[in-house]
Amino acid sequence: MSSASQDIESLANRDYAYGFVTDIEQDSLPPGLSEEVIRSIAAKKNEPDWLLAWRLKAYRGWTKMTDVPRWSKVHYPPIDFQAISYFSAPKQKEELKSLDEVDPELLRTFDKLGIPLEEQKTLTGVAVDAIFDSVSVATTCKEKLSELGIIFCSFSEAVQKHPDLVQHYLGSVVPAGDNFYAALNSAVFTDGSFVYVPKGVRCPMELSTYFRINAANTGQFERTLIIADAGAYVSYLEGCTAPMRDENQLHAAVVELITLDDAEIKYSTVQNWYPGNKEGKGGIYNFVTKRGKCKGDRSKISWTQVETGSAITWKYPSCILQGDYSVGEFYSVAVTNNWQQADTGTKMIHLGKNTRSTIISKGISAGHGEQSYRGLVQIRPRATNARNYTQCDSLLIGDRCGAHTFPYIEVKNASSIVEHEATTSKISDDQLFYCQQRGIDTEDAISMLVNGFCKQVFRELPMEFAVEASKLLSVSLEGSIG
Amino acid sequence: MLEIRNLHVVVEGKEILRGIDLSIGPGEVHALMGPNGSGKSTLSNVLVGRPGYEVTQGEVRYRGRDLLEMKPEERAREGVFLAFQYPVEIPGVSNAYFLRASLNAMRKHRGEEEIDAVDFLGLIKEKMKLLDIDMSLLNRSLNEGFSGGEKKRNEILQMLLLDPMLAVLDETDSGLDIDALRIVANGVGTLRSERHAVLVITHYQRLLNYLVPDFTHVLIEGRIARSGDRALAQELEQRGYGWLEAEQAQGSA
Repeated sequence: MSSASQDIESLANRDYAYGFVTDIEQDSLPPGLSEEVIRSIAAKKNEPDWLLAWRLKAYRGWTKMTDVPRWSKVHYPPIDFQAISYFSAPKQKEELKSLDEVDPELLRTFDKLGIPLEEQKTLTGVAVDAIFDSVSVATTCKEKLSELGIIFCSFSEAVQKHPDLVQHYLGSVVPAGDNFYAALNSAVFTDGSFVYVPKGVRCPMELSTYFRINAANTGQFERTLIIADAGAYVSYLEGCTAPMRDENQLHAAVVELITLDDAEIKYSTVQNWYPGNKEGKGGIYNFVTKRGKCKGDRSKISWTQVETGSAITWKYPSCILQGDYSVGEFYSVAVTNNWQQADTGTKMIHLGKNTRSTIISKGISAGHGEQSYRGLVQIRPRATNARNYTQCDSLLIGDRCGAHTFPYIEVKNASSIVEHEATTSKISDDQLFYCQQRGIDTEDAISMLVNGFCKQVFRELPMEFAVEASKLLSVSLEGSIG
Repeated sequence: MLEIRNLHVVVEGKEILRGIDLSIGPGEVHALMGPNGSGKSTLSNVLVGRPGYEVTQGEVRYRGRDLLEMKPEERAREGVFLAFQYPVEIPGVSNAYFLRASLNAMRKHRGEEEIDAVDFLGLIKEKMKLLDIDMSLLNRSLNEGFSGGEKKRNEILQMLLLDPMLAVLDETDSGLDIDALRIVANGVGTLRSERHAVLVITHYQRLLNYLVPDFTHVLIEGRIARSGDRALAQELEQRGYGWLEAEQAQGSA
C-alpha cells in the first residue's frame, strides 16, 4: 500500500455522527403484521373508513406477492416481516398546539441533528416538518404558509383536515399494488408529509422534512404526497438520519408528486441513514418508491438526490410525462463505501408530445461498495418529438469496489431523440500525489476530486443543501482508500 | 539550500540510486543529465516524497531540516516544487480552481490570508501572458485534453505562481518545440535570484542552450559520474554518455 493511501486510511474513520438513540417513551405495537395490526394502526390514527379499506386492499394484495423483488443487483438475507413492529410513536399529548408542548427530549434530538424546529427557521426561509419514527412531531411556519393557501402538514393531519384532497390523489401515481414494498407501505404507512400548493401560487420558502428513525426493531413507512395545482411552484427538501444499531432496519417509503398545468415541483433529498459499520453490520435498508406525474401540460418535476447513507439503497425516483411539453429531470449522486450497496436510477416515461427528460447520474464507489445505475427511458407511441438526454458516470476509489450500469431504452415513436452517455473513472494515487505536491492534503484532495465529479448535480441543489451535501460526501468517503 | 549525502534508494527491491552526493546553494541552477534508467527521475521523486521509493541510506537536508521526514504536502508548502514529467489529468476540477486551491494552501501555511478570486485572476493572467498560454486553459479541467506542450507549460505556470524556493524540473523539455523551449527557459529564468534554486533534469543538452546552468552533473547507474560546468553538458552533446559509462565500469571493477 502506498503512503498516500496509508494517510487516508489513517485519517480516523469519522464515526457516523447521528448514531445516538433518544430515550423516550414509545407507544409501539408488538412485532408482526396482520389485518388486526392494520386495523389498530387505523384506529390509533382515527382514520376514515375509506382509508382503512384502502390499506386492507393493499395488504391483501401484498400477501399474494410471494417474494421480495430479486431483480436488483443487491444482496441481503430474507427479511422476516413478522419480526418488525409496524407502529412506533413517541408518546405525547393528543393535540399539539405549539412547539412548547412537544417533549423537550424530542426537541433536543432534532437540535442535536442540527435541525432547529423553532420558528427562527423562518428567517432562513425554510419550513420544517419533523418525522420521528413514522410520526410527525412538528411542522413549522404553518401560519405564514396558510396565508397563501399552502397546506404543509403531516400526512395524518391531512387525512383529518383535507380528506378530499388525500382521497383524490393518494395512490394516483404509485398504486397500492405497484410493487412489493409500495404495497407494504400502503398497508401500514403511519405518517409522512403532505403539501398542497394552490393555483398560481409560488411557495416563497423551501419546504423541508427531516426523517428520523429511533426505535429498535421497527420499520419506518412514511408516505409523502405533494400536489402543485395549475401554475404553482414548490421546492421541497428531505433529510434522513437514524441511530447506529447492529440489526438492519427497514425503511420503505412512498413519495407521490403531482403537477397540473404549468406547475413545477423540485424535490431534493439528502439521504444519510445509518450505513452500517465498517464490517457491514447493521444499517438501514432503504427501499423506496418515488414517482411524480406531470399531469398537466408544460409542467415540470425535478428530482435531485444525494444518497450517502443506508446499507442498501433501492430507489428509482421517476417521472411520468403525461402532459404535452412536460419536463422530467433526475440528478443523482450516490455514494457506496465500506459494504454499502446501491441499485438506483430513474424511469422517464414519455406519454405526451414534445416531452423532455434529462438524467444525470453520478455514482461513487469506495471500499467494498457496490453500485448499479438502473434507468428506463420509455418513449410511448403518442410521444411525438420526445427528447431524452442521459449521462451516467461512475467513479471508483480503490480496487475492491464495483460500478455497474443497466440502461433500458424503449422507443415506440420514431420522431424522438434519445441520447445516452456513460463513463467510468478512478481516483488514482497519481492524482492524489499530484495534489499533495501542490500543497493540498489528501483529505482536501479527495474532496476536490469528488466534488469536481459531482459538480453537475450539486449545482441543482438549493444553496444550503449543496454545502451540506458536499460536506457529507467528504465525511462518507473518509478512510475510503486502502 | 539542498544537501544530499550518500543517498541510496531502492525501488521495488532494486537499488536505483547508489550513493548520491549533491549540494545546491541559493541562487544556483543545476542541470542533472544522464542516460535513460540512470536514476534521474528517481531522484526527483524522492525529493518530493512520492510513495514507493525507499531510502536505505544517506540523508537529505533542505534549509537545515531533514527533508525525508516531511510529508509530501509539507515539502510543497515549504517551497519544494516538482514540474512533473507526466502531469496527471483531473476531470471536473478547473485549472483555475486547482491553482487557487494550491496557492491558498501555501498561503495558509505561511499564515497569510487566502487570495480572493479577483486578485487571483489578476495574478494568474500576468503569469500566463509571460508564458504565452491561452486564457481558455484556465476554465478547462486540469490537464484534461491538454496537448503535451500545454501540460508542460501549465507546470511552469504553476511554478511561477507558487514561487518555490527549490524547483525541480523533471524532463520538462521533452516533447517541446524550440519556441516552447525558449518560453519555458524564460519562465525558469525568472527564478534566477538569491531566493531560489533550480534543479533541471534532462536527457538532452538542448534546453541548456537557453537555460544556462551553473553546474552540470552526470548520473550514471545511480551515481554521479562527473560534475562540471556548462562545458560538460556540451561535451556530452558531442561524445554521448558512452565514455563516462565505460569509465565508471572501470572504476567499479
